[in-house]
Amino acid sequence: MKNEYDIIVVGAGPAGSMAARFAAEQGVSVLMLEKDRDVGYPVRCGEAISKAGVEEFIKVDSKWVAAEINKFSLNAPDGSEVIVEFGDAGYVLERRNFDYELARTAAEAGAEILTRAYVNDLLFENGKVSGVKHEYKGEQKEVKSKIVIAADGVESRVGRWAGLKTVTDFRDMESAVQITAANIPVDQNTLYFYFGQQVAPNGYFWIFPKGRNKANIGLGISGSVNKKKYAQYFLDEFMNKRFPDAPVLTKIAGGVPCSITLDKISGPGIMLVGDAARQVNPLSGGGIASGMIGGKIAGTIAGEAIKQNKPDHILTYDKAWNDRLGKRHETFNRIKEGIYNFSDDKFNNIAHSALKIPIEKRTLGKVFTTALINNPSLLIDIAKVFVV
Amino acid sequence: MELKYRQAKTGKLMIDILPDKCDFCGCCVGVCPEDAIELKEAEIYIIDERCTNCAKCVWSCPIEVIKFNKNGVLF
Repeated sequence: MKNEYDIIVVGAGPAGSMAARFAAEQGVSVLMLEKDRDVGYPVRCGEAISKAGVEEFIKVDSKWVAAEINKFSLNAPDGSEVIVEFGDAGYVLERRNFDYELARTAAEAGAEILTRAYVNDLLFENGKVSGVKHEYKGEQKEVKSKIVIAADGVESRVGRWAGLKTVTDFRDMESAVQITAANIPVDQNTLYFYFGQQVAPNGYFWIFPKGRNKANIGLGISGSVNKKKYAQYFLDEFMNKRFPDAPVLTKIAGGVPCSITLDKISGPGIMLVGDAARQVNPLSGGGIASGMIGGKIAGTIAGEAIKQNKPDHILTYDKAWNDRLGKRHETFNRIKEGIYNFSDDKFNNIAHSALKIPIEKRTLGKVFTTALINNPSLLIDIAKVFVV
Repeated sequence: MELKYRQAKTGKLMIDILPDKCDFCGCCVGVCPEDAIELKEAEIYIIDERCTNCAKCVWSCPIEVIKFNKNGVLF
């Protein structure tokens, strides 16, 4: 390890690995620091991703595909089940293998990786971020760089230290708990979503199959709900009712920032990617693909800035992100605001209406249209982001 | 014997994290307006002198690991 790099990436999740890879591919020097002992572990994620979201970045490999998905099952409070079929929608990942492979692609591109390296402060020179301080095996170290890319997740602090406004309103923070359980006999190609006051108010409950009747099960609820009843209790109640005897293989809490992207995700010497930049799709809570896209854009621009010796070039990242996904997320956020506090009756009525659409014509866009038919201003938003 | 309370930025510290029960997920750090929570791989604590007892961390914790103790947190 050297004392100085062109680019330091903080965090080795999907966003960090893609930032490191797309920067390193341009021949600049890159160091990626990860606070945990292992890349890819622990997993705090529903692990579902669209096919297109994966294929932009890595060749599909059975090592990290737990299940292939071709159906959604949307479940209303009264038990009505709306199935939406897709050709080949996506995958449920084995994230601990997936993240590992993504980091490998960064390493192959030339990035160095150091685990157990906890970044706890930034270095500055002339008002510009110029490296990081980190703790490694109990020792405090400093490494200089021309650019720091913060991919330090929902718990990000790096951006804040660089002077960016990163705090998430607690109402936009989806408090989540997630387990991997065995002996969950559901269709192994269907993502199951459950809505309503009993299971996950202002959020949703999920069962995502992981092959051989294993499943990733969990829920996320807004902080405004969690403050009255913790996510943990919703999970316990659901499991006690539906799968009281299912062995639990993993169990962990998590947080998903479901908001629009931060106002500013770059500054002098600093760029933010993934959950740290709040690049999660605020409607679905999905952040793997969008984080990788953020990482790719940031890494590419950072590499260019170094090669062309144009430090200000990194400030073009905000616009590049907004053009690719940021504006789309604003649309998703409006749709979320339109539906997140629906009553159980409303969810039931939507399901009953959606069930009248013949299954071969039923799309997610049409289900959302049904949901928001009395809110015409949002119908345009739906048309923008769904193939209706 | 005199009880010694931890001191937050705004008086007695009332936020109490129970590290033994924590999953280190970072919800609390993401919503903390004061950058008053230190979170490592398997270590978490309040930075007392920054905390304003706003309780947003308490509200966002999915598994009830952060308690609001209005009597104050002892050393």
